[in-house]
Amino acid sequence: MITLNVNGRSRDVDDAPNTPLLYVLRGTLELNGAKFGCGLGQCGACTVVIDGKPVFSCLTPISILQGRKITTLEGLGSEDAPSPLQRAFIEEQAAQCGYCIPGMIMRAHALLTANQSPTDAEIREHMNANLCRCGTHMRILAAINRAAGGMHAAGARAPAKAEEEE
Amino acid sequence: MNAPLFNPSRRDVLAGALVVSFSLRAIPSLAQEQENVSKPPLPGSLKKAPMLDAWIRIDADGSVTVFTGKCEIGQGVKTALIQVAAEELELDPHAIHLVTADTARAANEGFTSGSNSMKDSASAIRNAAAQVREILIGIAAERLGVAADRLRAQSGAIIGPDNRRAAYGDLVAGNVLHVTAQPTSKLKAPDTLKIIGQSLPRIDIPGKVTGGVSYVHDLRLPGMVHARVVRPPSYDARLQSIDTSDAEKMPGVIKVVRDGSFLGILAEREFQAVTAMHALAAAAKWDIATKLPDETNISSIIESLPAEDHVIADKHAESASATRTLQAVYRRPYQMHASIGPSCAVASFDGDALTVWSHAQGMFPLRQAIAEMLRLPEEKVRCIHMEGAGCYGHNGADDAAADAALLASALPGRPVRVQWMREQEHQWEPYGPAMVSRTRASLDAGGNIVDWWYEVRSNTHSTRPPGAGQLIAARHLETPFTPGPPRPGDQPEGAGDRNAVPLYVLSNVRVVHHFVPDMPLRVSALRGLGAYHNIFAIESFMDELAAAAGADAIEFRLRHLKDKRARAVITAAAERFGWSSWQAAKGKGRGFAFACYKNLAAFCAVAVEVNIEHESGHVRLGRAIAAVDSGQAVNPDGIANQIQGGIVQSASWTLYESVHFEPRRILSQDWSTYPILRFGTVPESVDVYVIDAPGEPFLGTGEAAQGPTAAAIANAVANATGVRIRDLPLNSARVKAAIGV
Repeated sequence: MITLNVNGRSRDVDDAPNTPLLYVLRGTLELNGAKFGCGLGQCGACTVVIDGKPVFSCLTPISILQGRKITTLEGLGSEDAPSPLQRAFIEEQAAQCGYCIPGMIMRAHALLTANQSPTDAEIREHMNANLCRCGTHMRILAAINRAAGGMHAAGARAPAKAEEEE
Repeated sequence: MNAPLFNPSRRDVLAGALVVSFSLRAIPSLAQEQENVSKPPLPGSLKKAPMLDAWIRIDADGSVTVFTGKCEIGQGVKTALIQVAAEELELDPHAIHLVTADTARAANEGFTSGSNSMKDSASAIRNAAAQVREILIGIAAERLGVAADRLRAQSGAIIGPDNRRAAYGDLVAGNVLHVTAQPTSKLKAPDTLKIIGQSLPRIDIPGKVTGGVSYVHDLRLPGMVHARVVRPPSYDARLQSIDTSDAEKMPGVIKVVRDGSFLGILAEREFQAVTAMHALAAAAKWDIATKLPDETNISSIIESLPAEDHVIADKHAESASATRTLQAVYRRPYQMHASIGPSCAVASFDGDALTVWSHAQGMFPLRQAIAEMLRLPEEKVRCIHMEGAGCYGHNGADDAAADAALLASALPGRPVRVQWMREQEHQWEPYGPAMVSRTRASLDAGGNIVDWWYEVRSNTHSTRPPGAGQLIAARHLETPFTPGPPRPGDQPEGAGDRNAVPLYVLSNVRVVHHFVPDMPLRVSALRGLGAYHNIFAIESFMDELAAAAGADAIEFRLRHLKDKRARAVITAAAERFGWSSWQAAKGKGRGFAFACYKNLAAFCAVAVEVNIEHESGHVRLGRAIAAVDSGQAVNPDGIANQIQGGIVQSASWTLYESVHFEPRRILSQDWSTYPILRFGTVPESVDVYVIDAPGEPFLGTGEAAQGPTAAAIANAVANATGVRIRDLPLNSARVKAAIGV
């Protein structure tokens, strides 16, 4: 049994220790956000945030994750109460098929947590690890830019960390 | 939806109910049948499913369900279909529940392809909704004793002048909507539209960005098991032998399924299935027979294969004499759909009937193929569409559904989920075919085109179901199914010859489609079919001709174009781009291209700016501007989203993409061996201007940007470098070689 800290909750999982986190999130924990894209760390569809850093969950065995703080898309907000970043994606209509978007949001979340006002160039560079096939890139950039502005405003009222701990 | 056209009990209800308002009846008397001969055809897919309740159901509690035979494939069609229904039914869009393609519930609308969903399904739903509204008004008129023309529909009720109201749910007793549609409907006038034309936020996005069950990949059924397939190392390799005993003993493994060269494994958990799949693959011994052609010589090979010739345009008239003739050859490699999520399906077999959840584009053809493969009657197979990752045409979705069906039939009582691995998707999906075009045209002394000759050589662009032989798994069975003969496609929409006939006004024109039946690589429909290549070729050649004529690229196009809507998108894109005031600079180029998709769908013009990195030859994209006319715009932001995406995707195809292979196998097996555009190389900006055409038919948008973008980029590269590159992709190596670095 391995204990994982997922979205602030302690979860005991009985998957084999070499199981990549992605399969545990999607299978055992029934979380849909992280997606299988390549299993090779090449596309970012499986991106989650671990201890503040974007990580390919398809390559990360759960054996090394005990005691580490894992945040998935579901940890940011819900359909009824989306986080500012999720809301920005909705407001920019930044999805076509949307399959890559959870990974995009998680990678962007890591960026905005560390750097509340990234430049457009910084956003493009940071997001380079994640692939989108529908060509939604411009809207994804717009959503992240919008959230950066929005998070600024939110930051005046409450530290960004509060959101991270949801 | 093969409901009878005539039902006496319903006729009785209607005869009473409708006499007040108008003659919407399902009584095919002899006189009416004769009249039908001269009647206009039913709008859109009403032709295929003419009963109104195949499209719209209203329950006694007032809840409204709209049915479409089309699928949401990331193009946002669900939202647009709800909009047209809500508009004519005078409902809040959120009050409508939409059911998409499902063989047990929705009309058979064939495939969701060819940018046809708005033309087919939205036209059907809009007309059905308007006719339903008028039926409800008719019934309410009788019930309230008020003339129909004094009644109006509003928020789920019919309301009279005295504010008396009858709720929709109270008006629908007795299957009053089970009637045949009429050819004409009382559609709302363009200036009264409240929901059509609004950029309603897409209904699927909130769930997608918060982890909802949005895709078939997310479907979890009670008792569901996970499966993986082991594919041969190459197309026709046969499984010689395998010892499955080690894999069968692995943790969680339920069973190994083998039938000929079809090999799959079922396990309790997904990663257990993946692990066992690797063990199984290592144990398999294959007879590798495939001989793939030489990639470096592929266009000559395509040109040397036997072809059927189809002359699709042949017009000759008096014209000025030619003073100059240009000719050119344009080539396109095999390119991939390369969906971000590998194909997935869930199937459940109860020992008698099979249900399949799939993200394929045609549930009815899929059902037919799977029923044939499993030798089940079609009525024992139900196919339900659930979304997948964007497919952009015929990818591995149908094949994954077949895999799930075979594996589920080997484990009755437990639903089976199969997802392909990335390498399987890349290697096994049917690619967009390699193509070659040869073109020749002459100019007169005034720089006008006097003759145009164009020949395009291509494989088929559809190897889709319904035949079982179209499914990979069915071909690998001990008793294999063989694919049906490839088809060239028919004009005017065309396939390899889609958009091969220019929209320009030309006095002498000859266009030939050399259809090549032999397929060295597995191919099928990729977004735009042959239009991507043909528009790349035609619009590149137009620039070459303009340059030879000493004319501006846009002025030259307009000079040869009569169609007002075509001219309007060209002018709009040029103005927004700032074409006439654009400043040249070293390494910088601008390019323009236009097409009317299929010569009958959306009009789209694209202008782009590029910067060439001299040392590397890399083409860096600057601004991209598009103008699009999709007819009556239902959801302008949805149209813009499709065009933006099309531009970025086509830029990726055009600059980077080519499937690599060697004699025995496909080499492009992942994102490192088939690189696509990333954030570091996206354009500076992509702006889309949607030109609304109130009252005009809905025109397909989804594929409209693919061809114009390719040609606009090629024209910009030529403008920046002074060298014309006619082979796709315009990758760094090719540009570098062309500019002689």
